[in-house]
Amino acid sequence: MLMSLAGIIFGVGFFIVTQAQTSGFQAFYIQTIIGTNSALRIEDRLQATYENLATGSKDNPAAFLTQAEGFRKYVQGIEYPNKLREAVADFNQVTAISEVVQGSARAVSVHNQRSADIHGIRLDDHLAVTDLETKVQLGDLNKFRFNQQSVLLGSKLAQRMRVVPGDYIVLETPAADNRRYLVAATFETGISQIDKVRIFMHLNEARSLMHKPFGESIFQIAIQDNDQAIHLAAHMEAVLGHNVMSWQEREKTWLEVFKVLRISSAITVSSIILISGLGMFNTLAMIAMEKTREIAILRSMGYTRQDISRIFLWQGSAVLVVGTVLGWAMGAGVTLVITQLPIRIRGIFSTDHFIVNWDIAHYGWATVIALIVVMLASYFPSKKAAQLEPGDIIRGTAG
Amino acid sequence: MSAHHPTTPSVILKASNLHRYLGAAENRVHVLKGVSLELEKGKMYSIAGPSGCGKSTLLYLLGLLDQQDQGDIWIADHLMSMACDSTRTAARNRLIGFVFQFHFLLPEFTAEENIMLPMRKQAGLNPTDMLKRARRLLAQVGLGDKNKRFTQQLSGGEQQRVAVARALANQPALVLADEPSGNLDVRNSNHIFSILQSIAHEQGQTILLVTHNPELAARTDVSLKMRDGTFV
Repeated sequence: MLMSLAGIIFGVGFFIVTQAQTSGFQAFYIQTIIGTNSALRIEDRLQATYENLATGSKDNPAAFLTQAEGFRKYVQGIEYPNKLREAVADFNQVTAISEVVQGSARAVSVHNQRSADIHGIRLDDHLAVTDLETKVQLGDLNKFRFNQQSVLLGSKLAQRMRVVPGDYIVLETPAADNRRYLVAATFETGISQIDKVRIFMHLNEARSLMHKPFGESIFQIAIQDNDQAIHLAAHMEAVLGHNVMSWQEREKTWLEVFKVLRISSAITVSSIILISGLGMFNTLAMIAMEKTREIAILRSMGYTRQDISRIFLWQGSAVLVVGTVLGWAMGAGVTLVITQLPIRIRGIFSTDHFIVNWDIAHYGWATVIALIVVMLASYFPSKKAAQLEPGDIIRGTAG
Repeated sequence: MSAHHPTTPSVILKASNLHRYLGAAENRVHVLKGVSLELEKGKMYSIAGPSGCGKSTLLYLLGLLDQQDQGDIWIADHLMSMACDSTRTAARNRLIGFVFQFHFLLPEFTAEENIMLPMRKQAGLNPTDMLKRARRLLAQVGLGDKNKRFTQQLSGGEQQRVAVARALANQPALVLADEPSGNLDVRNSNHIFSILQSIAHEQGQTILLVTHNPELAARTDVSLKMRDGTFV
């Protein structure tokens, strides 16, 4: 029974630890992608086709779009950003909007040259929808703020081009427009796909450089409750006639990966509890077989079948309570220790130590799993013990 | 399932035409062949007979530990032979005390704790009163100073005396004893017998004793002889 108790303690403890880790990394990933790309993005506008027009109604545009689902045509970029901004701002949940003009260019330094993704932004708008301010690695954001001819470089891009804040780079666009810019600062989002190609510059300068004087922009939108992004996106899309992507939709693949990891780790660790349950079942079944005489005596005194059953269930409950409480303590202790462990992760996010998520639900689920396993492990031996007939047992032991 | 039976007030147990088969198929044996008896309050009875004659089987039927194949059993005017398991179990706790050939004390408990087990189930007393009664019963069987001892710290005779005290815990109307002194020396055997006899004569409880020992049987108020599944 002590081995079973130990198994329950370790099973509950490890369940909590693994869930704290996987959900911690998941939460950090979500925080990173929202901090970088915002909760909502509008990149395309929806263009009605002939079929849409035939079924649409001016009074009910939502119905129009829903009915025309199969015939939607996406046109890249926002055509009238100022009008759309006003419409987006009307949504109560929206807290900030950043207009971004995107394009590509070749970045050339004294030492190297690289392909780059240009993001033209209004700095204060963009800081309101992202955590760019906290991602600045080297240099000064204010130098960028007050210098229209300056840029912010992704950390990996800066490394590859061997430039630091204060250096100059040249951006060459496909339209053969070459301009020189001061590197005001470098930033690190932790997402390598961004850090190795992205350059932020001022919105007007980007329009000028890339010959996009009007429209063709995208919106990054911050909202009050990020968990509501998917519902708000659907609502905004129906009202605005633009393709609105929530972070859940954009990052569906990675979120699924995290979900699978959480489930698989939960299943793996639950097997420890399951094995403990089998051990406990075995022990209680042995007790039921070995203690038949005692059971018969108790029955002869007037103890009911339910009383006998309760003795076994009580033993199981004692193991459950002690095992779960100690498992909680172990889980919390190990989780705390793990947060101190150094680990360098770059690629999908940036961290130098383990990230955990303290969530009472992990403790709840561990308890539920232990409860089910222990109660099943106790129930069947208890039922077997309760079914013993005292007369048969006592007759068998009589001399 | 209980039904009243018009017995005389002095009768605590009545059994009629009890049949019991044991085993299955070709090994099936007709152990009890229509046994009937009545036990009156305050008397000590014995059933004596050779091994395998069915006396223990009869005792387990009368103690509601086993179910007869045919016949009826009334205890305290209630038909118990056809009662449901919970009624029979409650009757065992309230009306019947058992003493077996082996003491069957629970080794995890002390002498007084063993005696308190039936009381705990009946839940008619608070823990303090249960303890008082357990100690009084231990004193009655001559073990007043050994109440805190565990089973393995008692001699065979002492263990059996604790078992007698446990059988009396809920002041049952009927005490069924199956070879209670079968494993004891003459001195201890006589001691146990004397305790049971005094319980019947001084406290008005009915004792039914199954024994191999014809001398002990002869000392009871009513001695029944059994052979081949019937009284002779």
